[in-house]
Amino acid sequence: MYRYDEFDHKFVAERTAQFRDQAARRLSGEITEDEFRPLRLMNGLYLQLHAYMLRVAIPYGTLSGKQMRQLAYIADKYDRGYGHFTTRQNIQYNWIKLEDTADILQALADVEMHAIQTSGNCIRNVTTDHWAGAAADELADPRPIAELIRQWSSLHPEFSFLPRKFKVAITGAPHDRAAVKVHDIGLRMHKNDAGAIGWEVMVGGGQGRTPMIAVTVRDFLPEKEVIPYLEAIMRVYNLFGRRDNKYKARIKILVHELGAEKFKSEVEAEYARHPAQSTEVDERELARISAYFKAPAYEKLSRFAPHFEEAKRANPEFARWAKNNLAAHLVDGYTIVNISLKPEGGIPGDATGEQMRVMSTLAELYSFDELRVSHAQNIVLAHVKLEDAFAVWEALVASDMAAANYGLIGDIIACPGLDYCALATARSIPVAQAISRKFANVATQEHYGAVKLNISGCINACGHHHVGHIGILGLDKKGEEFYQITLGGSSSENASIGTILGPGFAAHEVPDAIETILNTYVKLRTSGEEFLHTYRRLGPAPFKEALYAAA
Amino acid sequence: MSIIEKGQVMTANRLRDGDAVFLTRSGEWSEKVDDAVLALEPLAVTALEARAAKDVEATLVTGQYLIKAERLDGKIRAIEMRERMRTTGPTVRLDLGKQADGTAGAFAAVEA
Repeated sequence: MYRYDEFDHKFVAERTAQFRDQAARRLSGEITEDEFRPLRLMNGLYLQLHAYMLRVAIPYGTLSGKQMRQLAYIADKYDRGYGHFTTRQNIQYNWIKLEDTADILQALADVEMHAIQTSGNCIRNVTTDHWAGAAADELADPRPIAELIRQWSSLHPEFSFLPRKFKVAITGAPHDRAAVKVHDIGLRMHKNDAGAIGWEVMVGGGQGRTPMIAVTVRDFLPEKEVIPYLEAIMRVYNLFGRRDNKYKARIKILVHELGAEKFKSEVEAEYARHPAQSTEVDERELARISAYFKAPAYEKLSRFAPHFEEAKRANPEFARWAKNNLAAHLVDGYTIVNISLKPEGGIPGDATGEQMRVMSTLAELYSFDELRVSHAQNIVLAHVKLEDAFAVWEALVASDMAAANYGLIGDIIACPGLDYCALATARSIPVAQAISRKFANVATQEHYGAVKLNISGCINACGHHHVGHIGILGLDKKGEEFYQITLGGSSSENASIGTILGPGFAAHEVPDAIETILNTYVKLRTSGEEFLHTYRRLGPAPFKEALYAAA
Repeated sequence: MSIIEKGQVMTANRLRDGDAVFLTRSGEWSEKVDDAVLALEPLAVTALEARAAKDVEATLVTGQYLIKAERLDGKIRAIEMRERMRTTGPTVRLDLGKQADGTAGAFAAVEA
């Protein structure tokens, strides 16, 4: 488990005291909004449509039961009894008061949390595979390197005023669940023939108004070189990245404008300028950090779990949930529990304080006190004994968190949209809810199989619509909301940007359009073929025809 | 028959809690858009701007701007959907925001 060291304690305590003073000076009129805005943003505090919004960092999405319980406490005491888990593995509160914020930051600091690196043009909170350290297909836990990058990048003076925000994602598994190819930097672990670990370094991916897939600049970077090499990339970006136009300031534009080869040679030249760097990863330091993420004390269990099998036979609802929401764990007798925060007609990613407390308790009782937030806005209990899965499920059923739709059409990613967000051009949540209701029947969802449907309420793409197998983008046309549909996006190891299918739809037309697309797929799929594969095999034409020819 | 008057309303966020507020005839900031002055001509707009700038200075509110609005039977409706959202609350949580606190504009509802 990630934990603070003495540096973190000191700087978070200082930061909280500093913010208390800044907020007091703002409220008394000593400083203006223009002076205060960058300060509050450095502490995750935004001003949205109805109130302030506080975004709390959850480094690589990992947190303890105690921390989740504190998030629940903040939801109940300072917000309206709930929070919203985001596509950046963070949590946002929608109804925050400026006058309470210093107290909230203190409550976070009490459990070793903060809101640093959740805003501003710095290296943001690092994200990773939500199954890190648990997934059966993983080479090794990527979180020690993620933590190393966190420590290196936190309040880094050279990289605190970048041309634009900067996001790093890391995976230790061949199957990419961390969307590394659509981040400013993506790192993917490989093992060479000698068994040594190295990192594939990808740069210049991103979503937003100019979606791009990252290019690989190193196939196999030795682990000890990760930080100095990242420094070289950051320096090239800091130097050449555009500052004249915020829409062209992300590193993806630089990579695109320079060309991948030229960009790469600039990075290599910068890297060669600093032989034997002081930031080379120290093995002892990495070992110290790795100890934070030591595998839990697993019991030696049989692969066969008789009570689990019996419970599935006796209870078809449980069997369905187990089939869809459990994933293979690297240790025999254990499983990964994916808690869907997507109940029928619900708001994707929202959880009440009470639900957070239930998840805390479940983590403490059944998952070595560890929870994860996934970028798909779900919660993961990473290490649960198969024999405990039924007890976990019963508790989830009682708290309306047992939706058996993990990875299916009902498991929708959606940004807050115009219901909350000052940047949005259209609502996302009501569209997600309408689709969720339309496909409420889990058997129907299973019929359609693995489909990722992502919705954004504006071109900034917080809802990851570009990389949804089905993407929906909400726009404003002369005061009316309308929704563009894209197909064929993916954030996996075979990442791709979705293609716009045709003219947009009114909100009420969207669920039927999605059904038409899915039924077209069902008609055309070969046996066992998933949606994305059918789309890639056939292209947009049959879907376009089904959607627009009838009109 | 009632006629619809079109004009502008001054809005901002209250500094201490971020709530959306609207400038009233008496120069106060109200949470309820129906209390707002609807400026129908340039002189009134200028007066609103001056008053708002003063209250920004006085740290009562922040981020002031004018919104397009219309009035019918004494009730005010923001023209843009984003602004209607600010006068009511999230359409997906009718139990929250102005619509739940009794301060929503009477004629403001966004179609669900």
